[in-house]
Amino acid sequence: MGTGLAKAPEDILDALVSLIHGFGVLADPMNIFYMFVGIFLGVLIGVLPGLGGANGVAILLPLTFSMSPTSAIIMLSSIYWGALFGGAITSVLFNIPGEPWSVATTFDGYPMAQKGRAGEALTAAFTGSFLGAFVATLLLTFLAPLIARFALQFGPAEFFSVYLLTFCSFVGMGKESPLKVIAAMMLGFALAAVGIDTVTGQLRMTFGTTELLRGFDFLVAVIGLFGVGEILLTMEEGLAFKGKSAKINVGVVFQTWKELPRYWVTAIRSAVVGCWMGITPGGATPASFMSYGLAKRFSRNGQRFGTGETEGVFAPETAAHAAGTSALLPMLTLGIPGSPTAAVLLGGLLIWGLQPGPLLFVEQKDFVWGLIASIYLGNIAGLLVVLTTVPLFASILRIPFSIIAPIILVICAVGAYTVHNAFTDIIFMLMFGVVGYLFKKLSYPLAPLVLALVLGDMAESSFRQAMLLSQGNVSIFWSNPLVGTIVTLALLMLFWPLLSRLVGAARARWRSGAVPAA
Amino acid sequence: MAHEVSTQERTASTRTVELVVSGLFVALSGVIMYDNWRIGARWVEDGPQAGYFPFYIGLIMFVVSASTFAINLFANSADRSNFVERSQLKQVLQVLAPTIVFVALIAFLGIYVSAAIFIACFMWWLGGYGLTRILPVAILVPLFLFVMFEIWFLVPLPKGPIEGALGF
Repeated sequence: MGTGLAKAPEDILDALVSLIHGFGVLADPMNIFYMFVGIFLGVLIGVLPGLGGANGVAILLPLTFSMSPTSAIIMLSSIYWGALFGGAITSVLFNIPGEPWSVATTFDGYPMAQKGRAGEALTAAFTGSFLGAFVATLLLTFLAPLIARFALQFGPAEFFSVYLLTFCSFVGMGKESPLKVIAAMMLGFALAAVGIDTVTGQLRMTFGTTELLRGFDFLVAVIGLFGVGEILLTMEEGLAFKGKSAKINVGVVFQTWKELPRYWVTAIRSAVVGCWMGITPGGATPASFMSYGLAKRFSRNGQRFGTGETEGVFAPETAAHAAGTSALLPMLTLGIPGSPTAAVLLGGLLIWGLQPGPLLFVEQKDFVWGLIASIYLGNIAGLLVVLTTVPLFASILRIPFSIIAPIILVICAVGAYTVHNAFTDIIFMLMFGVVGYLFKKLSYPLAPLVLALVLGDMAESSFRQAMLLSQGNVSIFWSNPLVGTIVTLALLMLFWPLLSRLVGAARARWRSGAVPAA
Repeated sequence: MAHEVSTQERTASTRTVELVVSGLFVALSGVIMYDNWRIGARWVEDGPQAGYFPFYIGLIMFVVSASTFAINLFANSADRSNFVERSQLKQVLQVLAPTIVFVALIAFLGIYVSAAIFIACFMWWLGGYGLTRILPVAILVPLFLFVMFEIWFLVPLPKGPIEGALGF
């Protein structure tokens, strides 16, 4: 571990050189084409309900099987960007958050649109997104090789401890009832375990059917939960979609850009919050809310938040995009996705035969740095694309829902089928759709379910490998300070809701005891 | 969501649905534990058996869901407000039911023809559109998908008798 940090300056130089080389990979015009196609598709997906970031990437993933992994990941990550940008459009113009992390954008974005300032709101949102993503990408560029070098020393016990920490953080930091978080997570693990056990070759929970031999694919689950489920939920409000119109012309853009530097403190704070939340499994959604709340508290115009403050749009968007981008850091270096969409990207990497984790930086340098370079360019390209095409996307949303809804459902069905060319997957998608609808209404969180589904096998195998190494002795998880710290932290996170409730109850009792009875 | 809802709009209380869902979780965890105990969920000399992990997953699921069930059954804090309004549920089912039919049709007619029928019926039934609006969309969308998947990306989708007759 000591040698890792001592080599930091060398690593940074290395990183810069690799990054420049990565830009060279992008020079292939096909890759630039894929990037623009990806961004366009991504914004479209981000704008349409039911085809959100994770779902859209999941549907388009099988299409990329015929491309080289580098081109495929460039297109997929461009779709990811596009979706991040696109979520803001519906939030501002229609008061409908395109993504869960765009909810905070509606607080000030829609009022601004109502006052005829939609163009400013959108510009602020997109610029914030760009800045947040840029900062996070810088972090990615310089921190990733360090972490990767560090993680090369990880053994199965260390990996399992990081998985444990990830899952326990959902319990500790989630808003939902811990019982429900754990239930959703366990469901994900159980679904992941269905099929052939990789270690012993035994069939688990297949109940004699050939269809369950394959197990449940996370892509199908994502399309069902986030796609079909989302549409069912949207249908509660009926088929009407009315929104404000928006024109972004160059004048409005420059005017807003002149105003934004005033909020540089907000920008930095939001970017930091976003990067931190993205790396830990907090994610983009809490990041956007947290940074909105902080901006409201610390800004000069705090009281006017909610009525249409530019800063109220700038803060959450910066944080959400910083988080969305920095979620790629643990994904690439440790193989631990920080968000459902990163989980889908991780799944994609596995399908292409690439093993995310520290070895990726050693064995697949071209791929990794091509990806990181494409993130920079994709960010810039994305900003340009959205600034110029907002009216187009806004008008797409005006297509009546009774036309768009069946089309989206058909696309979801196609997406579910193309994963394994299996009809039963479409049926599973429907079932997951109903589950997604029920879960969202009852506040069962979906993110831990998806992450457990993606990581379940790996978590289990690292546990078993650790056990094989230690000959069945659980104390391997405290065998060195690193593992021990992580495991302890994980257990702390797990019991945090219980602990904080006990502390809160004790404090309340102390306080009421100090007040004389009436 | 917790606002008072007219009695015609009531379907079931959130508490009831919570009980159903957590009850299903409990049942599922029972199945999981049973099947994994069957293949062996013990710790042998060199580590856990194949069913070890999933068995304990099932056990945790059982404990957690039984708690949710108990809380909703006994506690006063259970949410007794309406789960979904009747009109809302109707709208949801208006999408879910055709979708189920659509998926069932895929098995017989292939995805392209089923999609055309699905889009057409949806637009006609829920959108109230006439044939002049319906036909272009219901035909062009599956056609576009056909070109994109069968010809461009070379990713085969389920096809039915009609495509077979056309030679695909």
